[in-house]
Amino acid sequence: MMMLATDPMHQFVVQPVLELPTLFGIDLTITNAALFMIVTTLVTSFGLIALTGRGAMVPTRSQSIAELLYGFVADMVRSIMGEEGRKFFPYVFTLFTFILVANLIGMFPGTYTITSQLVVTFALAMISFTLVLITGFAKNGFGFLKLFAPAGLPPLMYILIIPIEVISFLSRPFSLAIRLFANMMAGHTLLKLFGGFVLSLSSIGAVGIAAAVMPLAVATAVTALELMIAFLQAYVFAVLTCIYLNDALHPTH
Amino acid sequence: MEIEAAKQIGAGIAAIALGGAGVGIGTIFGHYLAGALRNPSAAAGQFTNLLIGFALTEFTGLLGFVVAMIILFG
Repeated sequence: MMMLATDPMHQFVVQPVLELPTLFGIDLTITNAALFMIVTTLVTSFGLIALTGRGAMVPTRSQSIAELLYGFVADMVRSIMGEEGRKFFPYVFTLFTFILVANLIGMFPGTYTITSQLVVTFALAMISFTLVLITGFAKNGFGFLKLFAPAGLPPLMYILIIPIEVISFLSRPFSLAIRLFANMMAGHTLLKLFGGFVLSLSSIGAVGIAAAVMPLAVATAVTALELMIAFLQAYVFAVLTCIYLNDALHPTH
Repeated sequence: MEIEAAKQIGAGIAAIALGGAGVGIGTIFGHYLAGALRNPSAAAGQFTNLLIGFALTEFTGLLGFVVAMIILFG
């Protein structure tokens, strides 16, 4: 069973942690994925409550970390959507911190990366997509459909442009979901793969242990890269959500 | 040919998508850097555009990954 210990895909298997009975047809069993989703929510909520603390006028060291995070997302929302986007700030901030904390928790050895599950990222993407649809139709009515027909084109071009715009609009939730899921999954597979190289090399004796330094160095470098990607993917998800919401607010190109 | 062997080869071929994504991401960051060195004051304002371009380019590479997964496990 050496294979199981070094199998890079084994870390993504959803296993029950706490068996609970089935109530009204819903299986209440806590899996490792569900457990870490709860952990992520608790860390985000109580972390921010603990950081902001008393809400001092002159921020303490811990409070300025929270204010840095707040200011970062607020700048992003303002620069993309303008003042109108202020009402979407709580959603974008929640989305950003949830994905960021979930990605970072996944970097600890032995934890489960919930963003490496397609169902989690797709659910997040569908929430964004539904919000865009609701906002677009609530604010512009059927004027929202102008998003699919940019003004100022020769009439014949619309036969070509409208299907392309519709397809690109409908593919947005898929691209959001697959980007996050594939990034986290590929990164963690890579980490585990190099970890496996270290294990199997060092098991063949002194020469192997000397040679195992190389995959160990690569694994360390990939860990640094993964920390950057954990932040970057949360940022990209939030930025793209902002851009899509901006499309819903101003459908004319 | 065994269907299992053909699947493995197909998944390997799907990884060629990485080549295109690599060229694309290199082009994006290279051109950003070139532009940023010519006009450093305008660089910060284009950082968001840089990441959007990066995300869209990277997605084409990730589609290759998805195709490989569909071939292997689909």
